Amino acid sequence: MGVIRRGDKFVLKVNPILCDGFGHCHELAPELVQVDEWGYPIIQREPTPLANARALQSARYAVRGCPRQALSIERIAGES
Amino acid sequence: MISASALPRLLHRASGQPLSLAEHDHEFGLVSPQMDLLTELRESGLTGRGGAGFPTAKKVELLRDQRGHGKFVVVNAMEGEPASHKDLALLNANPHLVIDGAEMLARMIGANRIVICVSRDNPLVINHVNRALHERSRRSQRGPEIELHTPPWRYVAGEESALIHWLGDKESLPQYRPQRPTILRIGRSAALADNAETCANVGLIGRFGADWYRTLGTPASPGSTLVSVTGAVAKAHVIEVALGTPVRSILEVAGADTDPSAILLGGYGGTWLSGENIRLPFATEYLKEVGASVGAGIIMVLPKRACGILETYRITKWMANESARQCGPCAFGLPAMADDLQQLVSGGQGRKQSLDRLIRRAGEIDGRGACKHPDGVVRMVRTALQVFEKDLHNHINGSPCVASRESKFYATVPRFEREEDLVWE
Repeated sequence: MGVIRRGDKFVLKVNPILCDGFGHCHELAPELVQVDEWGYPIIQREPTPLANARALQSARYAVRGCPRQALSIERIAGES
Repeated sequence: MISASALPRLLHRASGQPLSLAEHDHEFGLVSPQMDLLTELRESGLTGRGGAGFPTAKKVELLRDQRGHGKFVVVNAMEGEPASHKDLALLNANPHLVIDGAEMLARMIGANRIVICVSRDNPLVINHVNRALHERSRRSQRGPEIELHTPPWRYVAGEESALIHWLGDKESLPQYRPQRPTILRIGRSAALADNAETCANVGLIGRFGADWYRTLGTPASPGSTLVSVTGAVAKAHVIEVALGTPVRSILEVAGADTDPSAILLGGYGGTWLSGENIRLPFATEYLKEVGASVGAGIIMVLPKRACGILETYRITKWMANESARQCGPCAFGLPAMADDLQQLVSGGQGRKQSLDRLIRRAGEIDGRGACKHPDGVVRMVRTALQVFEKDLHNHINGSPCVASRESKFYATVPRFEREEDLVWE
């Protein structure tokens, strides 16, 4: 994905200004994204291990499927 | 000359008029050019007075290490908080001290432009600053060029990213900054945004040094601060106190109710504290224990006869309207929270469900905006639900307090503007 590989965990991040609440991310990555009563995403804040390949793949689907391109994957170094 | 242990330092003036340049030089003395400003600033332990309390020296170092020669120093005197009057009081008393501090900051980071931002609703202060700039321009053409800018007043327009965005000829809307700390930029030039009171403190430290500065205040939060006292007080006051002064004595000096039911610290996005907490010293290391902070130095006093839930509802409703409507959770969530609070105040049907919904929504909205506006409102509502538990209980049981039926309010809320009248430019 052209991302510098560092860290062993990731979080999905949303730019709340760009986000218009289409809700595609919830459909593409239901394990990471919930929606609130207005349709805006509530993203899981705890970092997910990169080893969780299914979650990472659905996060990528969500990033690519966002109509406003408001999502991004941020890698986070673990505690160890 | 002003002495070390005596207050006021920042609001020092001879008469009711702001100090002229000659008077200012006479009272404060000239800036000593040989002093190592950054070392003194680091040793003074000055923290930002705009609310976040970030160490100023760290911010200066961050900006100093940026490339480029066209840097900016932005003096933020927007006074977004309706309960705060300190920046305007400071510019009314001594605009030259603020400008001195801004010039020192510019020298430290290598900036050649200074921008002073005062909202355009304050023509008197704008006049004072203009006069001060005129006096300076007659004296010397050296040093960074100083401009006064007058953005439109909105609650979130004083937020630093919104202000910088406006100065870049765009709308005064907060921006999304995923990385922190962020270097704010006007065009391509890095900008150091500091509160007017912070600049004035820098102006003092650059003259008299860190040791002089630390003679007041506590070891962890040295110096003095301006406090705006509003609410149950005869007249809204701005007083200068040493950090670490008990809140009770601040209230006594300001002539406020010293037996309040609660105080709101840190403005409308701040923390409610119950009345017995006024024994605490006004410094962040003590207030941290009860989950509050000094913030921008705002104390709103709520007397025993007032209804905390009603005041919280009014503040929330106004804050919801002041949202920039950029982020969904803030644009939809805050009005929804205001509606829930209204249900609680009026004691309508389904108020128990309103409370549950309010708590759930507060949890959902927290931390999901681009700026800290929704987080502040959530913090204010959450602490209100704790502090006014008794009032809340009465409201839910269908016996609302007397105060909520009278229309006597203590929190000053500015004019409620219609959505189409909100000016962002």
